Amino acid sequence: MERVLLKNHGKPDSHRIAGYLASGGYKALEAALRMKPDNIIQMVKDSGLRGRGGAGFSTGLKWSFIPKDPTLQKYLCCNADEGEPGTFKDRGIIDHDPHLLIEGMIITSYAIGATRSYIYIRGEFDFGAKRLEDAIKEAHAKGYLGKNILGSGFEHEMYVHRGYGAYICGEETALLESIEGYRAQPRKKPPFPALAGLYGKPTVINNVETLSCIPAIIEKGAEWFKKLGPEKSPGPKIYCVSGHVKKPGLYELPMGTTARELIYGHCGGMLHETRPLKAFIPGGVSAPMLTPQDIDTPLDFDSLAAKGSMLGSGAVIVMDNSTCMVKMAYIINRFFSHESCGKCTPCRDGTPWLTKVLRRLEHGEGRPGDVELLESLCTNIFGRTFCPLGDGAVMALRGALKHFRQEFQYHVDHKMCPAS
Amino acid sequence: MLSEESKKELEAALGKYPNKRSAVMDALRIAQKGNGGHLTKEDMDEIASMLEMRPVEVNAAAAFYTMYNIEKPVGKYHIQVCRNISCSLLGAEHLIKHMERTLGISTGGTTPDKRFTLSTVECLGSCGTAPMMQINDDYYENLTETRIDELLKTLK
Repeated sequence: MERVLLKNHGKPDSHRIAGYLASGGYKALEAALRMKPDNIIQMVKDSGLRGRGGAGFSTGLKWSFIPKDPTLQKYLCCNADEGEPGTFKDRGIIDHDPHLLIEGMIITSYAIGATRSYIYIRGEFDFGAKRLEDAIKEAHAKGYLGKNILGSGFEHEMYVHRGYGAYICGEETALLESIEGYRAQPRKKPPFPALAGLYGKPTVINNVETLSCIPAIIEKGAEWFKKLGPEKSPGPKIYCVSGHVKKPGLYELPMGTTARELIYGHCGGMLHETRPLKAFIPGGVSAPMLTPQDIDTPLDFDSLAAKGSMLGSGAVIVMDNSTCMVKMAYIINRFFSHESCGKCTPCRDGTPWLTKVLRRLEHGEGRPGDVELLESLCTNIFGRTFCPLGDGAVMALRGALKHFRQEFQYHVDHKMCPAS
Repeated sequence: MLSEESKKELEAALGKYPNKRSAVMDALRIAQKGNGGHLTKEDMDEIASMLEMRPVEVNAAAAFYTMYNIEKPVGKYHIQVCRNISCSLLGAEHLIKHMERTLGISTGGTTPDKRFTLSTVECLGSCGTAPMMQINDDYYENLTETRIDELLKTLK
């Protein structure tokens, strides 16, 4: 497949505007500014693009919820708070092709009528934040940002807002709270950001990868985009693979590539020939893990949902048979417990409780009834939290318990791991 | 107290937003950087005054985000080792123990000469090049014991 999102990776100075222009960059913006905003929104709807941040909602539909009133201030926020363990796709675009994202954001802003946008980047990505700031200056100097962009009458300013170490900022309303200078705790929805978002104004929030698809849709058309991958999950997808494979990294492939093709084809197979696949997580740690019997599952929104998991961020984490599933569950839950924003009780108190039980199992101090206690805690957290963080913790643990319950019980009964 | 340079940087950050409060994260970052890696009460009070916020609001924001070090000085080199799933699968815990032995400190501690602080973090978004760590603003990836030993020798 021709690369769309990673096409400039590996080229010298891929982050500079000269290189981006040489590869045809900003042509899509020129074309978009000749179109009516409504036609761009329709084109994105027709393309079938679904948000790459995890939820998979129709991007064009999300844009269409923005009120048309031209007197209203509107905002675009790019979610670059990449924090889901296993995920590093957005960082790849930001570090190596920042103008692709910026071009996608200017087109999106024109389509929804936003005159200001913010890129919310996680604080640890210091290198990427500086690259974005430099790229914004370059775009400004060339007339792609500022007043009367390319003589179209459209004006737009773009800014980088740096987070400082809180996973919850990836939740869209928490992200808005953070830009407004508050603790990043989620807001009650409705109202949804399209009506009352940043500073109470209509706001679209899209992921880096989603926005980076926009120039290609404008340039090559909705039909071209739709033909890449399954009908209901079209387009290119960046899969980020880590763990026990020979060649971890970023792979841009048609949506719907199977786990087998990805792990044994593109990634060169398991890291150690003598250690077969035990499990894989298909979409970041919130996504329930799957086992070798699911290896031919297409990695797209609907196919993974049918298997009881999800595409999430497209982060595929591969584990061989030396992996202790209790330890993995402990590490994953420790993360959610650490990152709970503390707003609601089931998550604030429930995730540390899960972690405490998992820790004692992992340390050979399990007690009879611990597995049942974990299941009970999951029941009491799931669906009872303000935002999806609590659900994410539970879905990950339930996935591990579904496939490896005996291994958890073994830890209780024998005070050790069968994989060790 | 914020240096003149930090104040200028903060003035520039204020231009990004329609209100002053939104600049609080930038202000805290700038203050922390200008203060050798940690925030003091005086810094936060000064920020509150500049941004027309109550001191408790600035403190609440600073306490929420893990990268702000409130009244907790860190060494010249703050080493943050990722210990989440992808790094763990490729031996992060082993490398953390190796660093504890090499530096003679436990995780969370600072060497007596104030050169190194060793911390662990939950995922730095560099999972394809695990195991990895961050030292101050820079990422170091595909770590091995040998690579860590060589690296530590260069940090004077």
